[in-house]
Amino acid sequence: MTNEHSEKEHIIGYGTYVLIWLVLIGLTVTTVSISGINLGNIALAVALLIAALKSAFVINIFMHIKFEDKIFKVFIAVALMTLLSVFVLTAFDVFFR
Amino acid sequence: MSENIESKPYISYLQAESKHKGIFKWILSTDHKRIGIMYMMGMMAFLLVGISLGFMMKLEMLTPGKTIMDAQTYNAFFTLHGVIMIFLFIIPGLPAVFGNFMLPLQIGARDVAFPRLNLLSWWLYVIGGLFAIVSLFLQGGPIDTGWTFYVPYSIRTGTNVSLPLFAAFILGFSSILTGLNFVTTVHRLRAPGMTFFKMPLFVWAIYSTAWIQVIATPVVGITIILVIVERAFSLGIFDPALGGDPLLFQHLFWIYSHPAVYIMILPAMGAVSEIIPTFSKRTIFGYKAIAFSSLAIAFIGYFVWAHHMFTTGISEVSRFIFSLLTFLVAIPSGVKVFNWVATLYKGSITPGPPLLFVMMFIFLFSIGGLTGLILGSLATDVHVHDTYFVVAHFHYVMFGGTVMIFFAALHYWLPKMFGRMYNEKVAKWSIALIFVGFNMLYFTMFILGYEGMPRRYWDYLPQFQTLQIISTVGSWILISGILLMIGNLNRGIKRGAKAVANPWGGKTLEWTIPSPPPVHNFDVIPVITHGPYNYGEEEEK
Amino acid sequence: MNNHSENFEEHVHRDDFGAKMGMWLFLFTELLLFGGLFLLYMAYRLQYSHEFHIAARELNIGIGTFNTIILLTSSMTMALSITAMRLERKTLSLFLLASTILLAFGFLVNKFFEWSAKFGHGLYPGSDVLLDKPRGEYLFYGMYYAMTGLHAIHVIVGMIILTFMFVFISRNSITSTNYIKLENSGLYWHLVDLIWIFLFPLFYLMR
Ligand code: HEM
Ligand SMILES: [Cu+2]
Repeated sequence: MTNEHSEKEHIIGYGTYVLIWLVLIGLTVTTVSISGINLGNIALAVALLIAALKSAFVINIFMHIKFEDKIFKVFIAVALMTLLSVFVLTAFDVFFR
Repeated sequence: MSENIESKPYISYLQAESKHKGIFKWILSTDHKRIGIMYMMGMMAFLLVGISLGFMMKLEMLTPGKTIMDAQTYNAFFTLHGVIMIFLFIIPGLPAVFGNFMLPLQIGARDVAFPRLNLLSWWLYVIGGLFAIVSLFLQGGPIDTGWTFYVPYSIRTGTNVSLPLFAAFILGFSSILTGLNFVTTVHRLRAPGMTFFKMPLFVWAIYSTAWIQVIATPVVGITIILVIVERAFSLGIFDPALGGDPLLFQHLFWIYSHPAVYIMILPAMGAVSEIIPTFSKRTIFGYKAIAFSSLAIAFIGYFVWAHHMFTTGISEVSRFIFSLLTFLVAIPSGVKVFNWVATLYKGSITPGPPLLFVMMFIFLFSIGGLTGLILGSLATDVHVHDTYFVVAHFHYVMFGGTVMIFFAALHYWLPKMFGRMYNEKVAKWSIALIFVGFNMLYFTMFILGYEGMPRRYWDYLPQFQTLQIISTVGSWILISGILLMIGNLNRGIKRGAKAVANPWGGKTLEWTIPSPPPVHNFDVIPVITHGPYNYGEEEEK
Repeated sequence: MNNHSENFEEHVHRDDFGAKMGMWLFLFTELLLFGGLFLLYMAYRLQYSHEFHIAARELNIGIGTFNTIILLTSSMTMALSITAMRLERKTLSLFLLASTILLAFGFLVNKFFEWSAKFGHGLYPGSDVLLDKPRGEYLFYGMYYAMTGLHAIHVIVGMIILTFMFVFISRNSITSTNYIKLENSGLYWHLVDLIWIFLFPLFYLMR
């Protein structure tokens, strides 16, 4: 309407997608192999970190957020922060009960 | 300028023809105005049902022991009353009716962003309502859990729980679709020149609310589904006998249901911010403060839910944090009230019915808010928790707050919506009856609760009877007031005098087009150059 | 935009940007829907850490990993299908979309065998085997079935949506200049993938 977005025209090539796919498979293999090692308490943290990394690739490239208007990034930040805050606040109960 | 609007012939949205016939012209219409009206019909019907249930409950409380119904019936009644009032009346509330009707008009658009999705929302609302009604007549009897559906009782009781829960899920879905529609509409369809800070405050309120609808409702959705699944398959998630933790149900439930309180009240506050400048002929005081306070309330309101759980055994740390956060919400709410009062100050006030409702709102809502402080403080809450004090409090906030503004908005926008006026004198009489009846009915409940009368009981100790009688008589006065009001509005819609385009002298865009609005709202999309409440004084920078 | 017809049902105007925005808002609701389950998972894993670890040993890492790879691949074919559409390669786009649907189906087939095996061992809610185990293990399976079950439902819905898209493309109602439906369906499909990216380590990789 008021503002047209040039990013809209951005087409991600086949190659990029295949590359990202390879990275994702690589990360999957990594997380599976790491889970075999006994990391004790940080095992969960490592697994979640890798999952977050994979998500970042999916969101930015597959869902092409990287190339979208800023407003989408703001929206996503709001949604994720809300979710995170809810987790933290609930944890205050379940951790300390 | 409104003169020439009047004279031009046009087809109003009420007369418009479409490819459908008869009633289908309405129930298959994607026109936001028609959808708003259809929501209004549905909600008024459910309001009347809810009120009838309230009436019967109060009748039961006239004498100790059995008066007209037995205990189980009373359980079903307060549950249904709560479910209907919450899920079918006040949560769709102002957004569904006035958001749908006025939002596109106020931002200078021809419709919402997704008109067909909008129609789907309405259909889901109707289907949800039907499911809720059907569940009453099935084997097992009507649900008796209270509108909060707390586990473990809701997974054990033999009454029909799954179907009304599913109904609530569908209603939630309807609410979500409305929310995402409005967010997109505000971002995409504002008229040229209408920046965010030139939007009417009602739009700001609807926008903030829409975000809560999108972000909070799914949480209760999954909670409800889990209860249904628990009843069917015993996953154990909410069942203490299988290791589950009922408190987590309460967390999830209130993660939605507290923000839902703001789904109810924010749009009402938005409507107040429209009515006050119009009836005092002044630019709203502190436009930006009010706009941001809507966002702030929506935001902080998301993080205070556990104040409903102070007495349930949640951790000390979280009780402290949630009590603190709860008090924080008072700040943006206070900002609004002060700005409203400052707007009225030295304005040239016309006490039309909408403004009278607003005055009543400020009075009742303040009482509701102040007693909320008592409930929000750890020490005092322990004493009055689960008593009539709470019942009085939430009726003051929800009924005295949101519903009064719903009525105010009806009186404010009815001429625009139907092109006709109601009788203002009768409207004022109904307001007087509502005010007197309301306070008799609910103020006594504060005292009852303070003296120890627990909520959700069909019976009581003889010493409470005097107060109960006053309260019951109050319910009769209140209900007569509401019926008088509805009758008056209904008569106005059918036979009232023709309304002009701008009967109150409002400055927002909906008043620049004829009443009732043409099918396409605007012949030419307006170009916005100044703020929404331009009464000729210095404009706020 | 100014020449309006008298028939008001018809004046729908196209706004791809808005449509995408609406879709993202919808994805947030999905995120929060699953968010509730993840919240429960967090609470119970904290409370029953030991039992969760023991119960998780019953899960088959092989199938889990295989299914992860299937979903990741399907996400890629989905994205490729959109690119093909935009480059006006209709047949390629259809082929890639069909592969996505097939992969989704493969995921479900695996899931089916996985669940059947669990049922075969008596590991289902309310079973005597599970009722005899400590409560934490019972809950682990409660969470497992709830979360992977809801996810599987989303996979099924995704397949249905993608099938519709297939039909739309073959009937040319999705084209290289008007492909927002396909793009939004793609977003939905990627979300299904995203959820799985977290479910996988939380259930299968706990050793
Ligand atoms: C004439 C109008 C009304 C009357 C006479 C009335 C009366 C009552 C009574 C007697 C109770 C039950 C108290 C108890 O035993 O615990 C109740 C509960 C309740 N009312 Fe109303 N009410 C009215 C209007 C409303 C409105 C407009 C709303 C909301 C917008 C509302 C929301 C509720 C809720 C949520 C409950 C709690 C139900 C539960 O305990 O699960 N009521 N009302
Ligand atoms: Cu609350």
